[in-house]
Amino acid sequence: MPNDSRFRRLPDPGRRAVAIVFDGRAVQAREGDSVAAAILAAGIAVTRRTPVSGAPRGPYCMMGVCFDCLVEIDGMPNCQACMVEVREGMRVRLMAGARGPGADLQGSKADD
Amino acid sequence: MTERVPLVVIGAGPAGLSAAAEATAAGVETLLLDEQAVPGGQIYRAVGRANPDRRTILGADYADGAGLLPVLKSSQLDYRPGASVWQVTPEREVFYTVAGKATAVRAARMVLATGAMERPMPFPGWTLPGVMSAGAAQILLKSSGLVPDGEVVLAGSGPLLFLIANQILNAGGRIAGLVETTPRGNLARALPYLPGLLRLPAYLGKGLALLARLRRAKVPYFRGARDLTAHGGTQVEALRFTAGGRTHELPCQILLLHQGVAPNVQITRALGLTHDWDAVPRCWRPRLDAWGGTELEGIAVAGDGGGILGAAASAHQGRLAGLQAACRLGKLNEAERDARTGAHRRALSAQRAARPFLDRLYRPAGAFLDPPGETIVCRCEEVTAAQIRGFVGLGCLGPNQAKAFGRAGMGPCQGRLCGLTVSEIMARTRGVGVQDVGAYRVRPPIKPVTLAELAAMDEDDG
Amino acid sequence: MGETEFAVIGGGLVGMAVAFGLQREGRRVTVFDEGDVAYRASRGNFGLVWVQGKGVGMPDYARWSRLSAALWPELAAELQEDTGLDLELRQPGGFDICLTEEGLAAAAARLDTLHTQLDGDYPFEVLGHNRLREMLPAIGPQVAGAIYGPEDGHTNPLVLLRALTTAFTRRGGAIENGAPVRDIEPQSSGFRIGSDPGWRAEKVVLCAGLGNAQLAPMVGMHAPVKPNRGQVLICERVKPFLPYPTAQIRQVGEGAVQIGDSKEDVGFDDGTTPQVMAAIAKRAVRIFPLLENLRVVRAWGALRVMSPDGHPIYDQSRRHPGAYLVTCHSGVTLAASHALRLAPWIAGGAPPVPYLETFGAERFAVSPPA
Repeated sequence: MPNDSRFRRLPDPGRRAVAIVFDGRAVQAREGDSVAAAILAAGIAVTRRTPVSGAPRGPYCMMGVCFDCLVEIDGMPNCQACMVEVREGMRVRLMAGARGPGADLQGSKADD
Repeated sequence: MTERVPLVVIGAGPAGLSAAAEATAAGVETLLLDEQAVPGGQIYRAVGRANPDRRTILGADYADGAGLLPVLKSSQLDYRPGASVWQVTPEREVFYTVAGKATAVRAARMVLATGAMERPMPFPGWTLPGVMSAGAAQILLKSSGLVPDGEVVLAGSGPLLFLIANQILNAGGRIAGLVETTPRGNLARALPYLPGLLRLPAYLGKGLALLARLRRAKVPYFRGARDLTAHGGTQVEALRFTAGGRTHELPCQILLLHQGVAPNVQITRALGLTHDWDAVPRCWRPRLDAWGGTELEGIAVAGDGGGILGAAASAHQGRLAGLQAACRLGKLNEAERDARTGAHRRALSAQRAARPFLDRLYRPAGAFLDPPGETIVCRCEEVTAAQIRGFVGLGCLGPNQAKAFGRAGMGPCQGRLCGLTVSEIMARTRGVGVQDVGAYRVRPPIKPVTLAELAAMDEDDG
Repeated sequence: MGETEFAVIGGGLVGMAVAFGLQREGRRVTVFDEGDVAYRASRGNFGLVWVQGKGVGMPDYARWSRLSAALWPELAAELQEDTGLDLELRQPGGFDICLTEEGLAAAAARLDTLHTQLDGDYPFEVLGHNRLREMLPAIGPQVAGAIYGPEDGHTNPLVLLRALTTAFTRRGGAIENGAPVRDIEPQSSGFRIGSDPGWRAEKVVLCAGLGNAQLAPMVGMHAPVKPNRGQVLICERVKPFLPYPTAQIRQVGEGAVQIGDSKEDVGFDDGTTPQVMAAIAKRAVRIFPLLENLRVVRAWGALRVMSPDGHPIYDQSRRHPGAYLVTCHSGVTLAASHALRLAPWIAGGAPPVPYLETFGAERFAVSPPA
């Protein structure tokens, strides 16, 4: 774990480690983490840049209300990171402004 | 063909689980849809997989939530987690998506148990990364065992703020400051209602214990704080405020905000039900009968979605709604139903009696209902309080006109987070009550749904 | 009792365009509008500035629509200068996309009819699948083709409403809102608007959409308008991918993809239905398959204001001179004509076009009552 995280993990012996990738960087998550929790635990505060002004945003409500934790997950843009649990090998990216019209649900596995 | 089920319960928090428990016990086949991956709602989030340490940190009230889970083993129950409900019609059709696959069901009866959401606490800088709702920090602790580290500041008002501060301390965290924004006059206004609170004797004791714990931990505590602004570049770095006649600046890496909770009325609004403005706790709630029944036949509301009473009351309301559903579906006669309701109604009455005191004590300060002009009110479309006031100047009477003029409420959150604030700002700017200003008209889909998921619902394959 | 020279009943796109136009002529105008919740076609429309296909059976409606499309840049520039608001007007031409060969042939036949009715002065092109794909590479294999109308375009209808309202009030216009006007009473000179105590107006212009049906007879006119529901889906903001408006799908200025729209005869129900939303979504994915993973964030139902032949009604009362009726279902397309041509006529000028009388409600008198 990088030491710049603003969160510390309590010991959780029963929970398996799950490896995901955020913007090309390996992130160690735990089984049962939401993508947003895994990202925050890894010291990543900014999950998107708004399509309106480009302002940085991060998870705010963690319960599916605010839509500020939108990320791209396995090629699907604008997913609520707080509502999706991590899976081994999941590829997550920052949403930089507006999405494209389509989604590349297959191709995303191959890159970065 | 649309699947048909006797009862659909939406939400697997205390109300939904309790409704499902009564209904299934009476032999009603029940479909329980929940947006989260694990049961418990927000209050008992992930209680089923919390280890003993976690339960100690979060406290006995949290651990008690495990008592709601046995219903999930009922053979009468079809529990579908991860279900995003995006449309509910007055004809009791429910449209939802699980893992990208959309499904429609038609229910003979429905119980909406969608709970509460935290009231927004808008002030300049509240959109910076690192600023989160206090409830969000609690969710991270409950479901992932994450404790805010470094300099953590909590700001706002309401009992949950003190509870979360305690839980962070229990988990070994440190708190750089607790900045209470509760207006000083609230206590005097609440005191006449103290006898009601005393019907829940444990409540007062718990509250005092929370405060004592914060004192023992020497948490810097600021009362009557005003003029909050959060500062930082790409992340929050400090909270500035005035308190006791002085300006303070607390460096922080995590800033947790809370000023009470409000019913999540997205589904009841989308159904077009009448909602009344509750002027003391400052929120909308759907008009309900003694069983939680709405104006629509066969559709009931249980739990905080119908008005904030807390987890214990929500469970009792869920029981009542479940019993009523079983009765109306012919699985219990009225005598059997009524024989089981007495204890729930008595408990509910005590919980209700406590609210007038609590609602007055923790009534949010005006500055966080009607914030300074530069404050972003609609986080999705980045509409400021000043812009909303400007639309009133152009003749907009309510939030729907303001939405058309300035896009507030048109983003992906569909007005969930800005709705209360926009109505409050317009009411204060116009000098009228919030009930005269109204609320956003909520239109389906109440959760974003892909075109492919929506298209799959087209029965005409031509 | 308030007093005004012109009372405009209705603060939607039609009312505000007329009111802005009157204020621009230097008249004293008060707009009477309803509250926050009302049947508001102006908030639910699709935002097309559209010419193609309009006016079959009434070529003057085609002429009037084309005039408005041609005047639109002037209106947009003037409103932008007055208010600083960008109306996002784009008129690159537009497509009516057809999923079947039969649909394409029928659309082409309609435009041929118009072409003949207008003595050959009516530009359009019929594009087969391959030609269309050169211009819109995102179309799906099921698309048969499209009609291209070079005069078509689109704008942001919500910004239009806001800009008209802002420009109108900045020029001194007044808005009285909060309740619908239920009574209009002709008096020996002028009109009384509403009651208790109501307002006095020298002239009154009915722009109340569906409300005109009740109001028009009070001033000796006839407005046989009925609701026709359209449902629209609005999707997430997307990077630019669709440089032209189409009659079915358009990308709005801030990037959101808007998909419309149904035509339903359902009375005064402006709700949305899962069945129609599903059908609209399915058609959208057939037209542009790459949109299948795009999320719908809102759906709208709104009521069009339809006359029996679908064309506008412009009239002045013979029995009570000074009362005017303006109603149509194309408040966006016709906004420029309404503000820059129709309003000066209502203000007392000459008819803006020789065929204005074609739009009188008398044309419905010959048909048997419904």
